[in-house]
Order: sequence, then structure tokens, then C-alpha cells
Amino acid sequence: MNKQRFLWLCTLVAVFLIVGCNKKESTTEETTTPAEQQATPIDQATVGEVTGKVAFSGDKPKLAVIHMDQDPVCVQKHQGEAVHVEDGEVNENGTLPNVFVYVKEGAEKYSFATPSEPVTLDQNGCMYKPHVFGIMVGQDLHIISSDPTTHNIHPMPKDNREWNESQPPGAAPLDKKFARSEVMIPVKCNQHPWMRAYIGVTKNPFYSVTGSDGTFSIKGLPPGDYTIEAWTAIGGPNGQTQDQKVTIGPKETKSVDFAFKAS
Amino acid sequence: MPEAHAETAHQHHAPTKFIWKYIFSLDHKVIGKQYYFLALFSVVVGMILSWLMRIHLVWPNAKLYGLDLLSPAGAPGGVMTPEYYLSLMTLHGTIMIFFVLTTAPQSGFGNYFLPIQIGAEDMAFPRLNMLSFWTTFVALMVLLSTFFVTDGPPISGWTGYPPLSAVGSSAGPGEGLGQTLWVISIAIFCIGSLLGALNFIATTLDLRTKGMKLMRLPLTCWAWFVTAVLGLLSFAVLFGACALLLLDRVGGTSFFIPGGLIVSDKIMPHSGGSPLLYQHLFWFFGHPEVYIAILPGMGVTSHIISCFARKPIFGYRAMAYSLMAIGFLSFTVWGHHMFLSGMSPYSAFSFSLFTMAIGVPSAIKTFNWLGTLWGGKIRFTSAMLFSIGFVSLFVTGGLSGIFLAQPQLDPMLHATYFVVAHFHMVMGVAAIFGMFAGTYFWFPKMFGRMMNETWGKVHFWTTFIGVYCVFMPMHFIGVEGAIRRYSTWTDNYLIPMIPVHEFMTIAALFTGAVQFIFLINVFWSMFKGEKATDNPWKGTSLEWTVPSPPPFDNFAGKHPVVYHGPYEYGVPGKDKDYVMQDSPEKIEDDE
Amino acid sequence: MGLAFFVVLVLITAVSVYIFGAHIWWPPHAISTIGPSVDHQFNLTLILTGIIFVCAQLGLGYFAWKYRDRKDGRKVIYSHGNNKLEAGWTIAAAVVFIGLNLIGFQIWAKMYFTPAPPDALQIQVQGQQFAYYFRYPGPDGKFGPTHVEKVDDATGNFFGLDRDHDQDSKDDIVTATLGVPVNRPVELILRSKDVGHSFFVRELRIHQDLVPGIEIPIHFTATETGRFEIVCTQLCGLGHYKMRAFLQVMTEEDYQKWLQSQMAAQ
Repeated sequence: MNKQRFLWLCTLVAVFLIVGCNKKESTTEETTTPAEQQATPIDQATVGEVTGKVAFSGDKPKLAVIHMDQDPVCVQKHQGEAVHVEDGEVNENGTLPNVFVYVKEGAEKYSFATPSEPVTLDQNGCMYKPHVFGIMVGQDLHIISSDPTTHNIHPMPKDNREWNESQPPGAAPLDKKFARSEVMIPVKCNQHPWMRAYIGVTKNPFYSVTGSDGTFSIKGLPPGDYTIEAWTAIGGPNGQTQDQKVTIGPKETKSVDFAFKAS
Repeated sequence: MPEAHAETAHQHHAPTKFIWKYIFSLDHKVIGKQYYFLALFSVVVGMILSWLMRIHLVWPNAKLYGLDLLSPAGAPGGVMTPEYYLSLMTLHGTIMIFFVLTTAPQSGFGNYFLPIQIGAEDMAFPRLNMLSFWTTFVALMVLLSTFFVTDGPPISGWTGYPPLSAVGSSAGPGEGLGQTLWVISIAIFCIGSLLGALNFIATTLDLRTKGMKLMRLPLTCWAWFVTAVLGLLSFAVLFGACALLLLDRVGGTSFFIPGGLIVSDKIMPHSGGSPLLYQHLFWFFGHPEVYIAILPGMGVTSHIISCFARKPIFGYRAMAYSLMAIGFLSFTVWGHHMFLSGMSPYSAFSFSLFTMAIGVPSAIKTFNWLGTLWGGKIRFTSAMLFSIGFVSLFVTGGLSGIFLAQPQLDPMLHATYFVVAHFHMVMGVAAIFGMFAGTYFWFPKMFGRMMNETWGKVHFWTTFIGVYCVFMPMHFIGVEGAIRRYSTWTDNYLIPMIPVHEFMTIAALFTGAVQFIFLINVFWSMFKGEKATDNPWKGTSLEWTVPSPPPFDNFAGKHPVVYHGPYEYGVPGKDKDYVMQDSPEKIEDDE
Repeated sequence: MGLAFFVVLVLITAVSVYIFGAHIWWPPHAISTIGPSVDHQFNLTLILTGIIFVCAQLGLGYFAWKYRDRKDGRKVIYSHGNNKLEAGWTIAAAVVFIGLNLIGFQIWAKMYFTPAPPDALQIQVQGQQFAYYFRYPGPDGKFGPTHVEKVDDATGNFFGLDRDHDQDSKDDIVTATLGVPVNRPVELILRSKDVGHSFFVRELRIHQDLVPGIEIPIHFTATETGRFEIVCTQLCGLGHYKMRAFLQVMTEEDYQKWLQSQMAAQ
């Protein structure tokens, strides 16, 4: 009997603690990145480059047709053309588009100014353009809509603050920032369940996304040892990654290729 | 027994310091006024929220300057987002139901007049009384704080159905801290209401003065008593529901959340709960709550109609028994909110029959009000106008309940504007008419000055016509299938109804605006009104035997003795046309 | 003042009765077998409450006018009530209200107590923030199992099917429009993926909540072809107002063609 009472008391205390903690968690919010101490300057005369290709092996996944019936505005925008799901797309030449490649390790000793140019995310035809993109910590994300319907932008990060805001047609663009590096943050629209984008938030400007030829290039890398990571949405809800180590000499261009399988 | 009680120790000296006299006062009259002003503040907030909602419904792109300062995310550039509409809707409902309809008629007027009408010096537990007001105050502050949290006020409606309200911020903006604060606020409010209810019950049963038999209680006291019983039994259940919901939100439990839910692409870490359980608990409170809002209005209306028709209330016993019948039946009908919720369709039979049965005592009351008017000499004071208006609105709102009580018609009407019209008419506007009537009637007693009658009549006519213009069209489009809780009209069949919404919005802006006549009248009369006599309306109940405003202990140390029922108006063979309750003269027809 | 009351109440009553009577806003023509009986009960209730409404409002207005204080020294009728009258209207109200309800119960029974005929076409309806998706069992007539961890909106796997491993799932058809054949019983199995939703088609006179954690069957037979809106009526979040889909009632032939085209698009 006493034991039970004790348990209940504990529960009660726990509840108060949790409520208290909860409040703190959602009210504190970091928006600035701490300046790196004693950063090494980059000698622009010696920088090199990493280029490469992302190959795909196995059966091409069958891409489902997106049913936009729910919102006639979306249907109209595509004028009867069938729109397919973007995750799982494979290029004609057997390479993968929409692979996010970035320097995961090796650039920590440098500091980088936050670019003043914002990255623009457009909502067009009830699809996100671009589907996969990179952004630096603290850089502005400029979200616009080209659709005469209400959209909703809902990034679902693990390390950053989650937010969820609507953008009615004609409303002002949204400007947002991410405070911590995170690869990848899925973004969904709570109005149109099929809409999906992925954002790679990095501390350095060394990232690239493969296009319709499956290639990428990361320029301006000072000489040194790096871990390059490639991320693709293929093969599961959170996608999959591959790491490769590479050493760059002064003014050197190294080739790093990745190959993903259908899981 | 109805004896004056010496053993209940009261503080007999009026406090002199400001803080003890006006802030943490133990005097039921001050607490009653505190509740009244809390409700008055809340009703203004709630009404402004309804304006914003109505404006957004018909002019969705309107820029509401200043709103972006309150909520940059909810109204970027002053244009309201769909989620902000739902936030305002949630707060409108919560504020109006809890902090206006539950506080003003019961805790406000009840606190002030129950002890005086039964001949007591104060409530049974003055300290508890003070505590219940300040608990309610804290609840309101917690609720209003949701305006200022990062992701905005909650969006899950005043009913707060889980899983939407339980799974946290994945379910949408406002479902984070805002929703948690909402649950906490309601839980605190429940505590305040429970304390208040206890106090009302004890006071009514124990503190009646000599001769104040139960069947000599004014009908207001009957209404407050039955309401207190409803509050005691229902708020306890709501408190439980809130506690469980809070645990689901912050404690990782799964009382109301079943397994396998995927919200915003995240698998929820819950299993085994039932959303229907919450609905049962909520409506077990929710339906009696409707009567908590309306019963005091019925009491006030009966009290005033008898006074200004200058004749006894028709069927006093029937009125008292029907209050009890409504109170009892109100606990048996909650399932009519859930006909389509997925509960067993068999239970719809009993819920529906009980709901129809509750129409019977409601009809009895209406017939008796008409019976009271019949053969009377009606004086159209502002209080009387609002009371007659109450009867009209109660009839209109009650009759739409006959549709909604039938499960077989629910597929046509559930969650449409027909329902919105129904509950606004019957528990919203009618109850508020009860409050207006009470204010015009008792203001002289509470503040010692008369309200301006001319402006009172202007206020009545504009409001009465206004509310019919706002809520009657909701029935019409509701029948056609206009869905409630939509922030914008995108469905093909809803778009042609927009002109009707425009009409209702304009009517709502007008009706809301004329309420400022009332507000100005209240505050102006408080200081500048004509001095009131002890009994300006020639009333018979005990509140009219004491000075206006009454002294600290109401009866100046004396204990009144009651000889008659409360509604001896138009007594044949008397000089005056009324006999006060404490007048020892004989009446032939006396019970 | 009493006359003003009478006039205002007469006006309110007249306008309301006219608008209901002239069907200016009215439910759409019913297209299900259950529809006409629901409409009949609705009309019956409307007439009955209409009569009470008119009598009560006009009575109130008339009393307010007739018994106003004319300052003429008239004595009021000093009465504390009449028990016979009280008993009379109590019984009358009880008979009318409860009787009306009892008449209508058979409609409710038809909706919910009678199970769907065994040959009814089964379709799963899933609500989610903020769309409906429909699943047909395909030629094998069997729904494959669902797997929570497989659900992925971005790739269109709204139900969490594992088409590679589950035999029954292979031919399941998932659509965003509810296509049904006319004059054939249809049984919908309602479920929700996230929070509470509702399924309401005005023309069918069918309305049912989608409750997370349970599957609720409802059934209907559509009697006319056409395209009708399915709307959500249970507050489900910020996109509630936009949550909708279409019901397409087709001839048997069109339905088969439509189903084939949907199958091809999987």
C-alpha cells in the first residue's frame, strides 16, 4: 500500500518536472551559430575540387503516380499530365539524381561566413522545387509559393526546432533559418501529403546535389583529408548514406564515385 | 433544517485594508462582483475573437493590422492563416463556455444573491469562496498565456479531442506548449468550479433563514442549487479527463491514443488507448455543462418575469421540479454528441430517448413562462425585455434540438452550422440574455445606482434583432450542409453560401458593436447613475429588504424571518400589489 | 413596447417559416436507398417543430402585447398555476417528442443494425491529415496486411503495403477518388492514420467518424450516377477545411473501366 502511494507520488513529481522541462525546451531557441575559435584561414591559391558520379544498380523502382484529386488547383497546374513520385527516380544513364553530397568531416578547422544570398524553395504545382538542396547553418531559406492554393511548410528535423506554418495564396514569403547542421531534414506540406523536400544543413559550403547526369562537384576545398558523404532518398523512409575518405593536395581535383543499390 | 446557523463562524467585522476588502476579500458580494467582472472581461475577449473569425470567413485576405504583432506566425502581415483561425476558434469556445457562461450566471450572480435571497450573512465557506475565484483567475491567465507561446494557441477546438490534442506538435502548430497550457488551464478551472459548487450546495442546504422552506426559495436559488450539483458531479469527471490527457501529452502514457498512428510521417510511441474514452468523459461533463450555463438564466428569467408581470410565477412547483428533472436527465444524454463517433449504435437508442425526454421539462418551463405572462400587467423594463427575449431564444434554440436528438437525422446535420446555430441560440445567446436581464435587474442592488433604462432598451432591441440575424441563417445553410470549423470555403457546394456568411458577419459586427452601449451603460451608471432605493422594482424576495448596496453582513446582524413564497405579486385585497417574503401579513391563498 | 415585441416576433417567425418552406437552402437530392426515409423523417420533424415554433413565438408576442401594463387599474389574474394544465402539457410534450423519435428509429436501424449484404463491394477508406485514400482489394478480393513502418506519403504508400512480400497486397488498388458502381451495395471500412476524421457525403445521407485505432464499417447503395463531394467534418488540424475527396458513382461498365485504369496507375 505504502509502496503504491510512493509510486504515485513519484509519478506526480515526474509530471511536474516534465511539464516544467517541456516549457523550457520550447521557449529557448538558438538562432545564432557560435563563432569558431581560432579559425584557420583558407589560402584561395591552393584550393582543389572533388567531382564524381553516383551510380545505381539493380531494378529501377516503379514510381507511383501522385493522385492530386484532393486539390483541383494542383491537378489544373499539371494539365492532365501524370506526376510521378520523385524519391526513387533513376536517370536515363543509370545514375541517380537528387543525391546530396557534402564534406562531412575535415573542414572543422575553417570558419565560413554565412552567405548573404538566401536559398529559395518554391512550391509549384504542389511540388517542392528543388526536391533536394543544401543550405548553410544560419543562411536564409526563402520560401515562396507559385500556386493559388494554401500550402503548409513543415520541416521535421531531429536536431533543429520543428515548425509548421501555413502560407495562404498571396501571403508574404517565409524566411527561415536552421540553427544546427543536420543531414537531411525532411520537409512536408500538411495540406498536400505527397509533397516532400529534403534539406541538408551544413556548417561548410562544401556540398552539391546530383542532377539529371548523376554528377556532382564540390569546389574550393583547401588541401587536406576529408570524409565525403552521399545521401539518397532511395531505400527507405530516411534514405541511406555512404562515406568515402579522400585526400586533396594543393590545386588537386579528385574523383570520388558512389554506387547505390536498390535496398 | 432551515434555521439560521450560529455555529458557522463568520468574520463579523468588515476588513478595512484595500487588499482584504477588494482583492482577497471573503465577502460573497465582492467575490460575486469579481466573478462578474472576470466574465465581463472574458466576454469582450471572446467576442473580439468571434469578430476576427467572422471577418476571416468572408474576407480571408483582409489585412488585420495589429494582429501580426500579436502573432507574427499566425497572421503574417495581418492575413490570418488557417491554423490561426482554429486557434481563435478554440479560444473563443473555451473562454465563452468556461469563463463566461459558467462564471457569470452561477459564480457571479449566484455568489452575490444566493446568501441574500436565503437570508444568510455569507456563503458557508468564505475562504473556499475566495480560493475558488482566485483559482478561476489563474486558469484564465494560463489560458490567455497561450496567445504568447511560440507556436501559438491550440487548434483542437474547445472539445480538445485526442489524438489531435494528445500527440503533440507533430499534429500541427499550436499542438505543442499551447495545447499543454490549455489542458492545465481547464484542469485548474475544474478545481475552482468544484470548490464553488461545494460551497453553493452547503450554503443552500444549511444557511437558509427561519421560515425559508425549500419550497419558498426563489427560483434563482433553485437554479443555482441544481447547477451547483451538476457542477460538482461533472467537473470532477472533466478534471479526470484533463489529467489523463495531460499525462498522454507529457508523461508518455496512452490513455486516449491507440497504437500504430502515424502523424506527420512519424510513428507515434503510443499504444492501447481509446479516443472514444475521452469523448465519453468529456461529454459526460459537456452536456451537464450546457445546463450549468442555461439553468441560472432560467432562474433569473422566472424571477424577473414574475416580478414585471406583477403576478405569481405560474406553477412554482412545476418550475422547481423541472429544474431538478433537467439536472438529472442532463447526465443521461451525453451520447447524443457521439451518435456518429463510432460508439455502439445500439446505445444511440437510449441516449436519444433521454434527450427527447429532456425536452419535456424544457417545454414545461416555456409553458409556465407563458402562463405567468397570461393575465399579467407587464412592465417593459430592460430586465423584462431581456427575460422575454430569453424565452424566445430558448424556444428557437430548443426546437432545433429536436432534430439533433434524433440519431437518424444526425447524418444530415452533425457538425454543420445547424449545430452551431442550435447551441449558440440556446446556451450562448439565451444564457447571455439571462445575464443581461440579471444585470439590469440587480445592478441597483449591487452598485446602489440605477442603470440607464433608455439605453438599456436600445441595447435590447438591437441585440435581439441582431442575434436572430446572426444565428437564424446558420440554421438555413446548416440544413444544406455547411460544415462548421472550416476556416475558408473551398468545396463546390460551400462557395455559393458565402453571401449568407457575409450577411451573418455584418450582423455579428453590428451586434457586437452595440454591446459597447451596454458596457458604457454599466460603467457610467456605476458612478453617475441615479441613486437606487432599496426596492426599485417592487420585488418580494429578501434582496429587496436590505439597503442598496447591502452592508457587509447583509442583514446588519439580524436574521430575517420568511412567511411567504417568493412570488406574491398582485395579491387581491392588499394595498400594495405585492407582499414581501418577510412580511408577516396573511395571504389567504398561502401554502 | 408590447406591440413592438409582437411585431418583431411575427416578422422573425414569418421569415423563418418562409425560408424553410420555400426550400431556399435545402439538402441536395438524395441518391442512396436510405435517403428518402431520412428526408421523410426530417420533413416530419420540421413540420412538427415548425408548428410549435410558430405557436410559441406568436403566443409569446401576443401575450406581451395583450397583457402590457396599460395603467388602467386592471387587476392581474392572481394564480399560482394549475396542476391539470401542468399534467396536460407534460404528457403532450412527452408523447410528441418521444413518439417522433420512435417513428424514426427504424431508419437508424437500417443504417447500422442491418449488416451489409454479403455480396457488397468492400472498400477501405483511410483518412489522414488532410486527404482520403481508398483501397480496393483487387481481383483476388482480399486486402493485404498493412505495416505501420512501411507507410511513406512521399512514395505514395499511404496504407503501408508491402507489395513485394505480401501476396494479397500485390493487386490492391489505392486511389484518391472513391469510385463505386451504381445500384450495388457498397461497404466502406473506415480507418484513420493519424487523428480523428469524418466521412460525410450529403447526397448519400451517410456520415460517420473515422476513429484512430478502430475500423468502422458503414454501407450504402447509390441509386444515381454522378460526382459528389466527400467532406471531413471532424476537426483534424490546420487543413481540416480542405480535407475532401470525390465520390464517383458510375454504371457497372464505367466502373470496371475506371478500376482497370486505376490498376494500371499503381
